[in-house]
Formats: sequence, structure tokens, C-alpha cells
Amino acid sequence: MSNATFRGGVHPYEGKELSEDRPIKTVTAAKGDFVFPMAQHIGAPATPIVQKGDKVLVGQKIGEASGFISANICSSVSGTVKAVEPRMLLNGAQATCVVITNDGEYTGIEGLGEDRDYTKLSDDEIRNIVKEAGIVGMGGAGFPTNVKLAPKEPDAIDYILINGAECEPYLTSDYRQMLECPEEIVGGLKVILKLFKKAKGLICIEDNKPAAIQKMQEAVQGEARIDVKVLKTKYPQGGERTLISAATGRKIYSKKLPADAGCIVDNISTVIAIYRAVCKQTPLITRVMTLTGDAFKTPVNVNVRLGCNHADLVAEGDGFATEPKKIISGGPMMGFAMFDLNVPVTKTSSSILAMTGDQVAEFDPTPCIRCGRCVSACPGNLVPQKMAHAALHGDYEGFEKLSGMECYECGSCTFVCPAKRPLTQTFKQARQYVMAQRRKK
Amino acid sequence: MSNLLNISSSPHVRDKSSTKSIMWDVFLALLPAALFGIYNFSIKAKSINAVLLIVVCIATCVLTEYIWETCMKLPLTVSDGSAALTGLLLALNLSSTFPVWMAIIGSVFAILVVKQLFGGIGQNFMNPALGARCFLMVSFAGQMTSFTYDGVTGATPLAIIKTGKIPEGLSEPGLLDMFLGNIGGTIGETSAIALLIGAAYLLYKKIITWKIPVCYIVTFAIFFLIFGTNMDGVASMDITVLCKELCGGGLILGAFFMATDYVTSPITPNGQIIFGVILGLLTGIFRVFGASAEGVSYAIIISNLLVPLIERWTIPVPFGKEGLKDE
Repeated sequence: MSNATFRGGVHPYEGKELSEDRPIKTVTAAKGDFVFPMAQHIGAPATPIVQKGDKVLVGQKIGEASGFISANICSSVSGTVKAVEPRMLLNGAQATCVVITNDGEYTGIEGLGEDRDYTKLSDDEIRNIVKEAGIVGMGGAGFPTNVKLAPKEPDAIDYILINGAECEPYLTSDYRQMLECPEEIVGGLKVILKLFKKAKGLICIEDNKPAAIQKMQEAVQGEARIDVKVLKTKYPQGGERTLISAATGRKIYSKKLPADAGCIVDNISTVIAIYRAVCKQTPLITRVMTLTGDAFKTPVNVNVRLGCNHADLVAEGDGFATEPKKIISGGPMMGFAMFDLNVPVTKTSSSILAMTGDQVAEFDPTPCIRCGRCVSACPGNLVPQKMAHAALHGDYEGFEKLSGMECYECGSCTFVCPAKRPLTQTFKQARQYVMAQRRKK
Repeated sequence: MSNLLNISSSPHVRDKSSTKSIMWDVFLALLPAALFGIYNFSIKAKSINAVLLIVVCIATCVLTEYIWETCMKLPLTVSDGSAALTGLLLALNLSSTFPVWMAIIGSVFAILVVKQLFGGIGQNFMNPALGARCFLMVSFAGQMTSFTYDGVTGATPLAIIKTGKIPEGLSEPGLLDMFLGNIGGTIGETSAIALLIGAAYLLYKKIITWKIPVCYIVTFAIFFLIFGTNMDGVASMDITVLCKELCGGGLILGAFFMATDYVTSPITPNGQIIFGVILGLLTGIFRVFGASAEGVSYAIIISNLLVPLIERWTIPVPFGKEGLKDE
């Protein structure tokens, strides 16, 4: 039997061989300023709770969640608050940031890094620890994890899916973490399973990572409630909807949450963050990133402190062999093109992907020849060709009728388009327009 | 920073295939049939006309597109190969003795009227090559239906099967001859095997899917088994006759190379199945009940016109919304 998957999808060049054999290297943080944006998650930005001149410690909360869907921000260094001011983020937007001058001492808050027995904690205590630690989905969306862990009907949850698909090309940080700290992944999953008594844990991995599959299978030996689920390698296998469908056969659409299908989906880094927060008393202050792409001299996986400058990380990959033409934060399918490296690393920064060429600039879009490749590639079973036609003609009603709002911008249609048409870009714009119109009503 | 970085919205990578690579792949897939046509009608018959038709049709199509786009100050699309492909397809749909000047008119009609006047590549509502073929059929019926093979001018194999009349000097075509292509007909339609080699290449390269050709051929086969008649006009359910019907009359050329034309076939998966079924039914009706023994071209261009309607009926249900009512 072939491995579980979903209908549609594409097979881009994986590029994982560049960095998959490079162990995670912990970066010795540069002295100087660390910048913590108060908006690095979905939902309301956090409220800064420190002022200029304050002394802060490693792990100290510097931003307070300011709503139901919001997240705390903790300092990754010790030092003095230099400023609380708007700074540029990697998407070019300005946001309030707490700037801390690193004193290089890394003096931690009380209890930081000490063991804690999660079995002695109540469910609410665990949820509260996750909230206090400022944990959000680290795969890219940045949805506050404590909200995910508190669904309306906890008893209806029967699957905890750990997303180790890592279907984005080039990225290897989840892969390396599965190889290097499987016990933390299992530990984090056990914490979640404690909250959901009826649930079964599935660690979902694509079949292009046999070493990780083996490692995780060894790590879950003897765990009655945890299994490893092998999935077919195909983009976007790690999307929430495609993952749930492949692992459980259940399907959700835009108006449903994974919890409606009895699932909670968390990515590898997020589970590790949960483990560290609950069992090691360490809030979310570091993350693993992949520095890769053909421009880097030595592609590498690194463990970095949040708030450090992207530009300082370039040296970890031994600098650039060739001047990069394009630098992407995240994977090439859904990542964000950076215009400048002088922006801080956030909870959702999964990589620096530096490429010597820009495939997008190489091609000019030509007229659609209606080949239907976008229709076969769309994991949402949509008709991108018709959606684009409607959107480009300003027919947003038609766009909605064609279920354009079901698109989650995975980019598969644009990847396969032989006419090189910017379909996903058109949909992003149309979806934003429709959402803006809905808010007006 | 000295060098500015490129920025763009995701995704940042693209697949290798392009409009150009697809068009030239289809062109390549037609070469076995074209080469066989040249062998069959030029080398064997010692006449240059078939080669000339292929060259002239391709050249005229490309030139027409070039001149039109230059005059109208449009971006040049000649290099994407679609005009050349139209020319080749048109030539393969002509009788080997067809006058060259008429072929030029047909080529200009295909590119100028059917393709460019409706907006160029991707905008034509019917297959340009078939549109031109039907235009020539109406304009020059005599020349279009005059087929010479082995020095004898006469009816096509399908006409022989349909009417039961074997013209003087010809024999009833054997199935093997029809499969290999040792029969009369248009330049590109005679050899089923050469066409199937090209079709296999297209399927292998994932340029076409099985849906349209298989639904087309299967529907036609079922229709013909039920309603078809043998040489004596009696309903026969004769498998040999059916196989001859499948090999002849451009059915394979049409099913794999022209019905699958991206621009003029549905893009929805279910729509492609319906499209194939409609094609099969129409071809069956035209061949069994129509005046002529062939009907592939008309079946395809009529079905082309139904495509917008078919697509409207067959928009797929989005992922996760199966069985739900529209809100």
C-alpha cells in the first residue's frame, strides 16, 4: 500500500540535500541589540510591559498578550531595554518593538531551565504555562498554541497530529530536530496527550525522510498512545487541511477548525517548545532555522535566540559564495521575500533561503492556454484558472462563487503554470479585497 | 547594500514546463504520423505534394501570426510553437493531392480568423486547424474529399465500409493495412500505429490525460456496436468493422491530438469526461446516420462550442465541502 496523501499537489525540487546532513549548531549570540516585535503571531499584538532603561533577564516576559488571540513575548537575552519603538519587520511593515541591549551574561529568571514534572500539573496549569511561555505555531502561521490547546469540546479531540511533513523545499530544521531531539518531541506530545485523554498522537513524516522516520519510531517504542504516520512526499503535504486528510481521512474547509474534525495539529518546533516550557521551565526564546540556498557557502541548521538580526546569521553559513539575488524567509513556496536582512528573527522565522537566481523574474507571464495543470495541482479542488479570470476582471462575486475564499495560497497552481501566470498573487489580492469588504458590512 | 534584492510574492519557484515546451512536445508527438504521411504519399507515390503541403501550411501559419502581431503591435508569440503546430495539424488533415494555394488560404483562415481575431493564443473558441479544415471542406469540397492512393483516386476506407461499394482498382481495406496506414486518406490520419506512438509520448509526458481520448473512443465504440451497420447495411456488432472504424477517418488523430487541445477542451476533470462522451456520440451519429462516412472534425468543433457550458456544470466541489450545501 502506498503512503497516505491527498489529491493534487506538486513536486518541486526539494533542495534538502544542501543542509540535511548538517547538525544543528547553536549560535553564540552577538552582543548588541536584540529586537522583539510585539506582533509576531496571528491576532492582537502584545503590549510592551517594560520601559526604556529597565533591566531584563533571559526568559522574562516583556510583552503581554492583549486579547484572547494574542501571545506573550519573552526576552531571549539579559540586558537593558534600549528603546520601545516602531521598527521594520521582515515584511516591510512597522511594528512596536522592544529593543534590548544584550549584556552577554545571559542571566536567567528564577528557575529557568530547571526540570518540572508535568504529571503533577493540572490541565489548566499546563495551558497557562504554554500561554505564559508565548508559544505560537512555529511552522509559519503563528497561531497562539494555548488557544489551540483549549478547544470547546476537549473530549471530542481524538487525534493530536505532529506535523513533521516539512513539505516546503529546502527547509531541514524540523528534520534535524527529529534526528537530534526525538525525546523532546515525544515529551511535548505526551504533555498534550495529558490534556486530551481520548486522543492518540500521530507524528506525521513524509517518506523522503527515512532517517527521521526510523528515529521517531524508536523514540515512540512503548508509548501506547503515540504512533508514527508515514506520508507520501508531496507539496503541500504539511498544510493543515491536507495533513489532517492524509493522516485521518477527515476533511475540513475554511470555516472549520481542525478541532471540528477532532484534530489538533502542531508542528515539530512547537511541540518541542511546549516540552521546554512545561518540563524545562523555558519559555519560547530560541528556534531552529535553516540557512540554505545556493548562495550560501556552507548551508547549515542553527539554533538561534529570537530577536537577533538576520544579517548577523549570514556568517554562520560562512557567508555568501555568490551575491544572492533573492533572499526568502521560509520556504520557496510560501515564504516571504526579504528586501533587507537587517530585521529581527521572530517565532515564525524558519529559514534564510538565499538564492543566486530569481525564477520569478526570469519568466514573463504569457496568456493562459487553459492546460488545466492548475486544476490538477490544486489541493483545495478549486479551479484556479477561472478564479484568476474572475479576480482579474474585478468580478469578486464570481471569485467567491468559485470558492476563491477556500484558497490558502499554497502556490501549487502558480508553480505548475506553464504560462508562468501569477495566480497565487492574484488570489492573495482578491482574498484580501473580499475580506476587507466583509469587514465593512 | 550595493545590490538590491529581488522581492516578489510567493511562490518563488516555478516548474520547468512552459507553453513553448508543451507546444513543441505536441509537435514532436505528431512527427511519426507526419513522417509516415510523407512516406506514404510522397515517397511511395513519388509526388512532392504532401511534403509541400506540410511545409507550406506550417510556414503560412507562422508567417500569418508574425505579420498580424507585427502590424497590430502585439507581443510576438511565434516562438511558442502554437502557430507551427496549427500548421502541421492542418496539413495532416488535408488530402495529399490538395492544391497548395488552397492550403495557404486555409492556413491564413486558421490563424487569422479562428485564432487571432478572437484574441490570439488561449482565446480561440474552436481548434484553429479544425476550423480551417471545415472551412476548406465547405469551400472546396471536391478537392478536400478526393483521395488518391497507389495511383487510384477513390473513396476512403470508411466510405467503402459505409456504402459497401468498392471502387474499381481498389480492394476492401484490411484491418492490418488500416492499422499500419497502407490506405488512402488525409496525410496524417492513415497510420493508427504512428499516431498511437505519438499519443503514448504525450501521455508519458503528462501533456494530455487519458480522460478525453478514452471517453471519446469508448463512447464511440459502444455507440457503433449498437447502431453501426456492416457493408450490407445490417446491424452487425462486428468487431472487425468496429476496429476499422476506430483506425480510420482520423478518429485517433482527433481523439489524442485535437480533442485534447487545451484551449478548446474543458479544464474541469468531470467536464473532460462529459466532453469525451459528447464527442463519441456526435462522431457516432455523424458516421452512422450522416451523409458522410467521417465526422470527427465536425464532432470536435461542435463540442468545442459546448465547452463553456460543460465547464459551468462541472465546477468541482472544493476540498472538505463534499456533501455540503452551498451556504
